[in-house]
Amino acid sequence: MLRGLRAVAAKEIIHVRRDPAALAISVLLPIVQLTIFGYALDTDVKHIRTAVYDLDHRPASRQFVHRMEATQYYSVVEYVNSDGALRDSIVAGRAKVGVKIPPDYSEKLLRGETAQILVLVDGSDSQIAFKAQTTAVFLATNMALEKLSARGSVTMPVDVRPRVLFNPDMKSANFFVPGLVGLIMQIVTTMLTALSIVREKEQGTLEQLLVTPVDKLALMLGKLAPYAALGLFQTALVVFLMWSVFGVGINGSLLLLAALAPIFLFAGLGLGLMISTFAQTQAQAFQASFLIMLPSVLLSGFVFPRESMPALIYPLTTIIPVTYFLEILRGIILRGAGWPELWRPAMILLLLGTGIMTIAVARFQKRLG
Amino acid sequence: MLEPAISCRNLSRRFGKLTAVDDVSFDVADASIFGFLGPNGSGKSTVIRMLCGLLAPTSGEATLEGIDVVRHPDQVKPKIGYMSQQFSLYRDLTVEENLTFYGSVYGLSREHLLSRKKAVMDVVGIAGQESKRAGTLSGGWKQRLALACALIHEPQILFLDEPTAGIDPVARRSLWDLLFDLSAQGTTLFVTTHYMDEAERCTHIGYIYLARLIALGRPAELKARQDVTPPGTLRIEVVSDQAPAALRILKRLPGVLSATFFGEALHLLTSESLDPDAIRSALSAAGLGVTSIREMSPNLEDVFVTLTQGLEQTGRA
Repeated sequence: MLRGLRAVAAKEIIHVRRDPAALAISVLLPIVQLTIFGYALDTDVKHIRTAVYDLDHRPASRQFVHRMEATQYYSVVEYVNSDGALRDSIVAGRAKVGVKIPPDYSEKLLRGETAQILVLVDGSDSQIAFKAQTTAVFLATNMALEKLSARGSVTMPVDVRPRVLFNPDMKSANFFVPGLVGLIMQIVTTMLTALSIVREKEQGTLEQLLVTPVDKLALMLGKLAPYAALGLFQTALVVFLMWSVFGVGINGSLLLLAALAPIFLFAGLGLGLMISTFAQTQAQAFQASFLIMLPSVLLSGFVFPRESMPALIYPLTTIIPVTYFLEILRGIILRGAGWPELWRPAMILLLLGTGIMTIAVARFQKRLG
Repeated sequence: MLEPAISCRNLSRRFGKLTAVDDVSFDVADASIFGFLGPNGSGKSTVIRMLCGLLAPTSGEATLEGIDVVRHPDQVKPKIGYMSQQFSLYRDLTVEENLTFYGSVYGLSREHLLSRKKAVMDVVGIAGQESKRAGTLSGGWKQRLALACALIHEPQILFLDEPTAGIDPVARRSLWDLLFDLSAQGTTLFVTTHYMDEAERCTHIGYIYLARLIALGRPAELKARQDVTPPGTLRIEVVSDQAPAALRILKRLPGVLSATFFGEALHLLTSESLDPDAIRSALSAAGLGVTSIREMSPNLEDVFVTLTQGLEQTGRA
């Protein structure tokens, strides 16, 4: 039973140790990804470049500009002297927001009339546009309320006080980095597994191996085991970096995370095995892994919320393993969720993984003849 | 009579509409060297793959050492070694790691593996290079390592698929010396090759053409076949110092059925009625010198070319 398991696993470990690509993927990749998603990919929109066309030139108008900057969402980069120049500034990309304060702004304020301010927003980046727009309206409403209450006539009819739980500073690193654990695990397990099996096909060593009495199940397990171990090691590494470098601690149980991670690993290895049964060359295996990575990044909720996806796409997101592992990761790490909250994604993940693995193993065995 | 080491009966394999191997039957005697020849794409590798249990035949059966390879591939595998056409060991593993790996896969115990590693390294003469990566070895050494790995478990039958393709003549000679030693010790060898001199070294030969086995026997038996030198014809060797010019003239000489080049010599298949003196005078008339003219027996290349052409003609007719 399982003849050759140890020999295959031992050999595979030597391959990993001597393969610069495997080492790069397993050590450099997490660091690069963490840097990109942790630092560079900051979706917190702040300091939007703003151009101002102030026709009023009095303390009140200057105060408005000052208040805008105080929100930290706007940074005034230039003052212009015409409507055309204001527009040009946005067209040329020097500013994303243009503010026009009319000449009668201060007078209307004094007279108690409605003073108007025009805010032009460059809509080409929807996130910036949205932020610039809502902040401007919010700022104006606030100022209006202040004026009204200064006249002593108003108590707020409705007062909403939002409090952000779990990620109070709304740092995007907190949102991305836990998800990265899942993506990095998938890259290592899926890509390295597929490459290692296809390499044996390509170089003829698989055929050589099949002439020996090696057990087919042992051959498969022996090839998967080292990558499973590598995947677990990476999970630990990324979680550690997440905590030490990005200060994202684990609010929930580390033990639960350690218990649920292998389920995802199982699905990732299954995908790798599956790819290896289709691909004939390492290049094909590499492309196929990427093909799987793309929806895993874009449709899993890693970057964009699944709730906002079109009804046609949404069902697709439910068959991507990393979708459920993301729920588990963010649940445990950010919200401190436990088994009662997470058993559902865990079970779906297990089901998906078992399905993928079953098909992959069947195809693999059949391919070996 | 001893049971043959390899025996296949009516072995066929189809891939979709293509018949790669068509109704092939032969026996390989124990401890013999069986040379399996045929043009590229004729089905050689498919036969080997079926005999090694890598591919199931569409019909027919094959037994190795009396065991049915289709039904019990796992019992057959420990008894056979396989050295494939292209180098198929792990290039990033050292010589010793490759040997250790294959030894462990065959389930050799630690002590046995140690002694076997030493033994096969001595046999192929690779001792002293244990820590070199397999990928850095030269062609000849790679083949020796592949042979060592194929021998680690002391197989009774060794399959070699074009073992000498692309290696230099000296390495080729020493590999064959190794094969003779193995054969002398009782290992059955099944070798495919394109080299006629290697075919001559085999005790038995099978020739496969367009998926069918068209010749089978000892080299001497094949050369004596009637369809190679039909009744009423002779094989004649003409040695001339201007062989290319001589070839042109002799091809047009009535009574010459075919003529090919062999270095300085020309091999002719002639009608019995053609007087050798007629050849000499035809060449002299053209001003070409003749060193010798003698009757000869066909070599293996003559045999295969004649058989192949015969089939092509009947195929066209």
